[in-house]
Amino acid sequence: MTTQTSSITTTRRGGGAGGRILASFLYALGLPFLLLVVWAVAATRSTNRFFPEPLTIFDAFTETWIGPAFVEDVLPSLYRLGLGIGASIVIGVALGTVIGLLQWLRELLEPLLEFFRAIPPPVLIPVVMLLLGITDTMKVVVIISGAVWPILLNTIEGVRATDSVMTETARSFQVTWWERLRFLVLPAASPRIMAGVRQGLSVALILMVISEMFASSSGLGYRIAYFQRNYQVAEMWSGVLLLGLVGVFLALVFGLVERRVLRWYHGLREVSRA
Amino acid sequence: MPDRSTLLRVEHLRKVYESANGDVEAIGDISFTMHAGELVCIVGPSGCGKTTLLKCLAGLLRPTDGLVEMDGSPVTGPSPAMAVVFQEYGRSLYPWLTVRGNVELPLRHKKLTRAEREKLVTDALEAVGLAHAGRSHPWQLSGGMQQRVAIARAIAYQPEVMIMDEPFAAVDAQTRADLEDLVRELHVTRNMSIVFVTHDIDESVYLGERVLVLSKSPTWVQEDLAIDLPSERDQITTRALPRFTELRTHVYDQIQRAKRGETVAAPPGR
Repeated sequence: MTTQTSSITTTRRGGGAGGRILASFLYALGLPFLLLVVWAVAATRSTNRFFPEPLTIFDAFTETWIGPAFVEDVLPSLYRLGLGIGASIVIGVALGTVIGLLQWLRELLEPLLEFFRAIPPPVLIPVVMLLLGITDTMKVVVIISGAVWPILLNTIEGVRATDSVMTETARSFQVTWWERLRFLVLPAASPRIMAGVRQGLSVALILMVISEMFASSSGLGYRIAYFQRNYQVAEMWSGVLLLGLVGVFLALVFGLVERRVLRWYHGLREVSRA
Repeated sequence: MPDRSTLLRVEHLRKVYESANGDVEAIGDISFTMHAGELVCIVGPSGCGKTTLLKCLAGLLRPTDGLVEMDGSPVTGPSPAMAVVFQEYGRSLYPWLTVRGNVELPLRHKKLTRAEREKLVTDALEAVGLAHAGRSHPWQLSGGMQQRVAIARAIAYQPEVMIMDEPFAAVDAQTRADLEDLVRELHVTRNMSIVFVTHDIDESVYLGERVLVLSKSPTWVQEDLAIDLPSERDQITTRALPRFTELRTHVYDQIQRAKRGETVAAPPGR
């Protein structure tokens, strides 16, 4: 009886291994494919010129973005985005660590930080534009002004919550200030920091596009707005598609980095769940 | 015979925690001395301020009154002469470092060459029987093995005295017996001076050469008892000795008195 049951289970599992891969493949691509089909059908039947067929958009995509536009628009955008994200991480983690370690500073700044965080970053664009002119610096500053908050606040929280026994251990072994930062405070806060960075990434992407739509002569946001004003509908849609791809790419890179940085954290959680 | 010079001297130690709801006197008046190469166990009823005493010894807490002296100079903060093994190994080892990394961390600020450091780490891991686990992370090990890592970290630090705060309270009974034997072994073969705080009476008698029985809070030393068991101890024969039973009964009795708030009784007759 027992043998029978187990043999049945084994067969089921054996059949499932190949099936599972196929299933997850279908799950991942099934819905996008279905949506494309629905879109294609709807577009052929519709007379609305603002909804071109997917194939038209794909053609526009290759024509528009593969070529000089890549250097003129996509690269500058990615450059500003990368600079903005990098600066946000450096500023957010550095300031967050200092504020998280000093209780008086934290109590002093907390209401102010909550206020600044509550300001929707796009409204800062006109202000920053006045102060810095229509420059790359202005766009990077706008990206930082939005993306830095989740990183900063999460770092403060993570640093503040460093385990008291771990801190006491470092104290009893007279671990120096720098070593404590490098081997205790930052790693202990890293799960929160990474959560903050994840939020910061999506904010940064949004602000990159918006800042370019406001005032720019290059970049993805500028280009999309330009196509829209000139009724180049398929090209406009292709820009939206490209932005989506940039977002997916960012998430992918982040996932790889996170898995490296937080390997211990995921391992620990898996063990404590078991 | 190990060197019997005075290592640790505690004089009229008193600790009062100040709080909004009035002050709490955790330690009343504790005095004792410890010689180099000794293994002293500290037992007492629960809530008697054992951990407070230990933190004062290690320089992690400032006593309200009195003096802790290490090698003749007062302890005012954490010192390289002491290494602490905490009860909560899970919170005392850093999960993002490997076992080796954890043992090595306190050595980084010591002026050692890389080779010397490596050697100390390897040697300490061998001493606790974890030579093979250096590249694992602490959370991949069992509780007992994790506490071994914490002990290895203390050994590698080369302190003059190792201070252990109920280190085996969170592990199962069999692991506990192994770890007790490890402590005995380190004490005998490496001549390590150890202060061992525990709430377990049998453990204190089995491990110690001396047992300090603390009163209930505000704490003083109710009895300073010499454990005259042979220095070669093992879980089965030592615990079966009539003298062991006598001593543990005596300590047990003392702690019951301590709980009731009665004072000194005569030391056990021979």
